[in-house]
Amino acid sequence: MTGPRNPLAALWWVPRGIIFGLMAFFIFGPLFNMLLWTVAEKWYFPYSFPLEYGFSSWAKVFAPRGGAVESLVNSLIVALLTVVVSLALAIPAGYALARLKLPLRSVILLAFLIPQAFPNLTVYVNIARIFYEIGLNGTIPGVVLVHVSHGLVYAVWIATAAFSAIDVELEQAARNIGAGPLRTFRDVTLPLAAPGLMASAIFVFLESLDEFTGSYFVGAPDVNMLPLLLYTAGAGGNYQIASITALLLLVPSLVFMLMVERFLKADVLSRVGH
Amino acid sequence: MERNGFLSLSGVASRYGSTQVLTDIDLSIAKGEFVALLGSSGCGKTTLLRVLAGFISPSAGEVRVRHRDVTHLPPDKRGMALVFQSYALWPHMTVAQNIGYGLKLKGVPRAEIAARVAAMQSLLGLDGLEARKPAALSGGQRQRVALGRALAIDPEILLLDEPLSNLDARIRLSVRHELRALQKRLGITAIHVTHDREEAMVMADRIVILDKGRIAQAGTPEDVYNRPASAFVAAFMGAENVLSLAGTPSGDEFAIEAGPVNAAGSVPLAGRPLAAGTVEARFRPEATRLFSTDEVALIGSGITFRGEVAAVSYPGGHWRHVVRLGETEIMADAERAFEPGSRVGVHVPADALFLFNSSAPQPASSISRATSGKVHA
Repeated sequence: MTGPRNPLAALWWVPRGIIFGLMAFFIFGPLFNMLLWTVAEKWYFPYSFPLEYGFSSWAKVFAPRGGAVESLVNSLIVALLTVVVSLALAIPAGYALARLKLPLRSVILLAFLIPQAFPNLTVYVNIARIFYEIGLNGTIPGVVLVHVSHGLVYAVWIATAAFSAIDVELEQAARNIGAGPLRTFRDVTLPLAAPGLMASAIFVFLESLDEFTGSYFVGAPDVNMLPLLLYTAGAGGNYQIASITALLLLVPSLVFMLMVERFLKADVLSRVGH
Repeated sequence: MERNGFLSLSGVASRYGSTQVLTDIDLSIAKGEFVALLGSSGCGKTTLLRVLAGFISPSAGEVRVRHRDVTHLPPDKRGMALVFQSYALWPHMTVAQNIGYGLKLKGVPRAEIAARVAAMQSLLGLDGLEARKPAALSGGQRQRVALGRALAIDPEILLLDEPLSNLDARIRLSVRHELRALQKRLGITAIHVTHDREEAMVMADRIVILDKGRIAQAGTPEDVYNRPASAFVAAFMGAENVLSLAGTPSGDEFAIEAGPVNAAGSVPLAGRPLAAGTVEARFRPEATRLFSTDEVALIGSGITFRGEVAAVSYPGGHWRHVVRLGETEIMADAERAFEPGSRVGVHVPADALFLFNSSAPQPASSISRATSGKVHA
């Protein structure tokens, strides 16, 4: 039975609709605009929508001389190598930080933040100078190293959280029943930490795919990456090519964000940075 | 009670930071024996179990199995299986994988693992659950999987770290008997840590009571219950009523002087090393006999106190009275209720009255406490 109600309450959907509408507009408006640009042949002021649609820009981007395929391949290779190197460092480091009572544990965790604490430009210009001297500038290993220095903070922090979420008694139970330390790590610790490590790998992958400053100073012009292509196209006013590149960057991000959401469980998240 | 020492600990001590957790533990356990380590929380019983399992390295002393020093062997080389209080089942493995893991480590062929896991499952009543993950099991089932995992490797020594404390009270009672029967059938040596007095009494061949990291007394359940070696053990075993009396030993008897609440009396010494002076008297509520002061006093060796009933309640089976004796209050059980305010006599039979020299400065009591473990072991 509905009692007497405030007549204004019936109109509550109006402000709510406006707020959600605005949020949707600010989130999806730019995305929609980007999607339109990828298929626009002709679009100029004052028209709200493109005058002609077509896929000629896609052909241009993926043409052998367009450079997009090369950038995409470079970006993927660098991102995958960055993940491999970061995890190779983060798994032992995270395990040590999680399990051993290191006196400087929080200091060490904080140290991984340092590359983030300073303005990227300053750091990368200097890295570029050093890399130039030792011949790493303009090489894929050089770019990978820069990305690793950047991605390691996520990798180590999340790996530490993933390992500390595992009850020590689960490892002790394996030791007690006859497993050596390495066997215990392989059969118990690693499988249980896998979702957290997977999430940290995805974070590192996305960070690497997105990274611009370091790629620019260390990689360009010999190693071209997707964000650089996007920058060049955008700066040159070529919105079609910029939008297609942006879309190429966006799709893996969205896919992986959904995966991270599945893998990162509350018990791991609650331990990040502790 | 000298044992040939299948498992022996000598002079084991353990320190955590600056805190001494275990001091001078000497214990010898025979093959097939079921020993309960009993004590309140923080007494060091779990630490002692972890020293045995190899997770904690003792700061002094040694642990021997069949006269072989295992003190510094890593946990995986000891052939002892531990059932954790938390069960510590691996959540990413099924029941069958959890139970079979120890066999897999030993390189047992797959078909044999399957057969032994199946046998273990039917032994423990886990049939049909082999494909379940631990998260899909009830508390009792998890406890049995944890036990199955430990037993599957055919350990010489089974260590149990309060494995029943996470079960509901009703299941716990039946599991006690099942576990004990299983241990007897397999002829396994078991060391069971618990803070539950009744659990220790029902399950163990021998009870080792720990107090502040030392063995307060070690003996059969009957021994520690009826002949507590110290006031601590008496209190821990349920003799919560405490009174201060004065007396002197004479011959085989200990003559108790008349006090404000008791008449003079005497009890047999029965080998107890009691010195003249103030003694701490402890007894259980259920060991007393209450009678109304108008009645003719009951007879028997022991001591009778006079007091007044302060409160009465019915916890089941008998009536429990709070009786005021001068300054102190004691608990006493009776078949029938006495009205609050009525004058009563409380008779404690000689064999249920535990006397200890209470005066702290007397060194005799502290020495007897420290050495009692060795004397009885």
